[in-house]
Amino acid sequence: MTAPSPGGAATPLLEVRNLRKFFPIVKGTFRKVVGNVRAVDDVSFSIQEGETLGLVGESGCGKTTTSRCIIRAMAPTSGQVLFHTRAGKVVDLVPMSRKQLRPLRPEIQMIFQDPFGSLNPRMTLLDNVGEPLLVNGLRNRRERTDRVAELLRLVGLRPEFMHRFPHAFSGGQRQRIGIARALSTNPRLVVADEPISALDVSVQAQVLNLLLELQTRLHLTYLFVAHDLSVVRHISDRVAVMYVGQLVELAPTSAIFKRPKHPYTAALMRAVPVPDPRVPSGNGALKGEVPSPAAPPSGCYFHPRCQFAEERCRREPPPLREIAPGHLARCHLADQLTLETPASGAGGR
Amino acid sequence: MGLGMLPIRTATEAGAAQPLLSVRDLRVTFAMDEGVVRAVDGASFDVLPGQVVGIVGESGCGKSVTMRAILQIVDKPGRIAGGEILFRRRLGQAGAETEETVDLARLPPRGSAMRSIRGAEIALIPQEPMAAFSPVHTVGEQIIEAILLHWRQWRPDGRPLSRTEARQITGDLFRDVGISMPDQRVDAYSWQLSGGLRQRAMIAMALSCKPRLLIADEPTTAIDVTTQAQVLALLRDLQRKYGMAIIFITHDLGVIAQMASYVVVMYLGRVMEEGPVDEIFHAPKHPYTRALLRSMPSLYGQARVALPVISGSLPHPFNRPSGCPFHPRCGDVLPGRCASRVPSLQPVGERQSASCFLYHDVADPA
Repeated sequence: MTAPSPGGAATPLLEVRNLRKFFPIVKGTFRKVVGNVRAVDDVSFSIQEGETLGLVGESGCGKTTTSRCIIRAMAPTSGQVLFHTRAGKVVDLVPMSRKQLRPLRPEIQMIFQDPFGSLNPRMTLLDNVGEPLLVNGLRNRRERTDRVAELLRLVGLRPEFMHRFPHAFSGGQRQRIGIARALSTNPRLVVADEPISALDVSVQAQVLNLLLELQTRLHLTYLFVAHDLSVVRHISDRVAVMYVGQLVELAPTSAIFKRPKHPYTAALMRAVPVPDPRVPSGNGALKGEVPSPAAPPSGCYFHPRCQFAEERCRREPPPLREIAPGHLARCHLADQLTLETPASGAGGR
Repeated sequence: MGLGMLPIRTATEAGAAQPLLSVRDLRVTFAMDEGVVRAVDGASFDVLPGQVVGIVGESGCGKSVTMRAILQIVDKPGRIAGGEILFRRRLGQAGAETEETVDLARLPPRGSAMRSIRGAEIALIPQEPMAAFSPVHTVGEQIIEAILLHWRQWRPDGRPLSRTEARQITGDLFRDVGISMPDQRVDAYSWQLSGGLRQRAMIAMALSCKPRLLIADEPTTAIDVTTQAQVLALLRDLQRKYGMAIIFITHDLGVIAQMASYVVVMYLGRVMEEGPVDEIFHAPKHPYTRALLRSMPSLYGQARVALPVISGSLPHPFNRPSGCPFHPRCGDVLPGRCASRVPSLQPVGERQSASCFLYHDVADPA
C-alpha cells in the first residue's frame, strides 16, 4: 500500500482546520480566568480515505486532546473538523450538538489504550461488543449475536467466547475485543489512541498485524496516536509530530524518518534507543524540558532547546509551511538544515 | 539463625573476573489461596564489578521479583524458596580492605546485616519516582536521612557526619546528576519537580551511599523519550565515573541494547538465554529471543508489512506449561522433549548460554 499523495486525487475523509482547545486556568472564589492551557493550538491536517496518519509527540503535547476533539468527546474551543460522511456530505463536527452527532457516531470509532479499563467487567463479550449495535438500533438479539460472532472471527477470536466475561482474557485478547467493538458499527474512521502500548512486547506485533490486515480488508482510515516512533513508522502512511500543542511537522513516513525538516522531530528520533548495540543512539541530544502549554516561550516554542536557534526564532513564531511537496514543517530554518536520524543512512531497505 | 551474617568464603584479594553478585538457582514462590506461583523458578546469572547487566523480559517473567529478592524486599506472601544470592561485600577500613562473600538469600530480611547492605552497598532506582518519594518531606531531607544512616560509606573510619555535611553532600550529588539550582532544589518537595528532575533526584538518592551495585528497575518507563535519553546518558556517565555495577531491568530491548554489556533474557521465571549484548542481538540462540527481536517494528525495516509474531499469549501464572515454559508458543518445538522436561541453562557459545534442547540435552531435575 502506498501513501496517497497529499493534495492529489485522493478524497479526504477528515479535514481538521485551525483546531484549538484551551483549558482555562481559574483562580479565587469567583473562578476568574487567569490564563489558558493551550493544549491544542491551531492544528490543521487532513486524512485521506484509506490512509493511516500517525500522530506522535511526548506526553502533554496535545495529541490525545486532538483525537478527543475529533471524536467530539470534547468540545473544541475553535476550529473546524470537517468529516465527509458516507452519504457524501461534508459536515463540521465542531458546532454540532450531541443529538446532531448521534447519526454520525457509527462512522467514527475509537480504540482505547487500556484493554483492562475500556471493557465493562460485568458484561459478557456479547454485550460489550454488541452494545454499540444495540444503541444504533439493532434490537433483534439473534441478529446481534450473529454480528458479534462475525466480528469476533474477524479479530481472530473464537465466537464461542462471546458468553465469557473480559477477565477471562489476556491483554492482547482484550485489545482484540476492543477492536471488534470499534468495528461493530462499520466505521470509516478509526481513532486509535496508543492501542498497543499497554500490551506485552510479544503480543504487540499480533495486534499491529491485525490492524493492518483489517485496514486492507475493510478499507478503514486510521488516526493512529502513539508515542512509540518505530510503531508509528511501521503502520503510518504519513506522520504528524506535535510539540506543546502545535503541529511542528507533517510528512510522508519515509521522508520524515529519513530527512526530517524540524529539529525537534530529528531530536525525537535520535532519542529513541535502537534495539541494536552496534547503532549508538538514545543519547541526550536535547537539553532542558518541554515547556508548559500554559506559558509557552516566545517565538518558536522549540527555540530554548534548539541547537540551531537564531535571534529570529526567539522573536517570530514560525508558520507551518510546505518545504517539499507534501512535507510541512514549522521552522524558520527548515530549508537550510540537514538533519540526521538513525534511519537516514538505511538506504531503501 | 541469630548469626546475622553467614560468611561463606573470604577473599582477601579482589580478582577482576570474580563476580560481585552471583545469583545461583534462585527460586521465589508466592503462596496464594489459589495455589503456589513460582515467580522465579531457578534463575542464575553473575554480575561482575563495574559491569552493566540488562535483565529483559515481559510482564510476569520474574525480573522485578529477582531484583526484590536480591534486596530481600519480596512482599508477602512471597518468599525465597531456594538458591543462593552471593554478594561480595567490602569490609574494613580504607587501605586495609578485605572482602567477604555473603549469601543474601540466607540473611534475615530485617536483620542488621541486610540493613547495612540494603541502600548502602546495593541501591535501587525504582520505576515510579513519584511513588518512591514521600510527599510530606523535602527530597533533600529524605536523602540526608539516608546519608546519615549509612555514614560509614562516606567516613569508613571517622566520626559520624553532621547534618550540615550531609546536606553539602546532597547538594553535590544534585549537581552530579545534573539538577539545576541544586542548593534550592534540596528544599523542594517531590511534587514540585518535573518527571525528569524527580528521576534525577531518585538517582542522586540511590548514589548517596556510594553503592557498588545499583539496581535500576525500569527507571525510564514512566518518562518521555527525550527525557529518557537524558536519564540514560546520565546513568552511563555516572557508571563510568563511579565504576559501580548496574543491573538494568527493562522490557525495552532498545534500552537494553544501548545500556547493557551483558544481557539476561527471562521468561516465566526462568533465564532463557544470557550472553554479551552483541551476541544476544546479532546471534541470538534461544527461539524466544529470536522471535522477540523479529517481532519488533524497527526504525529502518520495511513498513506496513505483517510482522513475524509470537503466537499465543503469556500463560497465566497458575497455568504454567510443563517442560520448557516457552514450548507452547515456540516455533521450533521438539515433539516429546520440550513438553516433558525442563531444559537447563547450558553454554552454547564462548560466553553465551541458553536453556533450549535445540543446543543440548541437559534437563533440570523436576
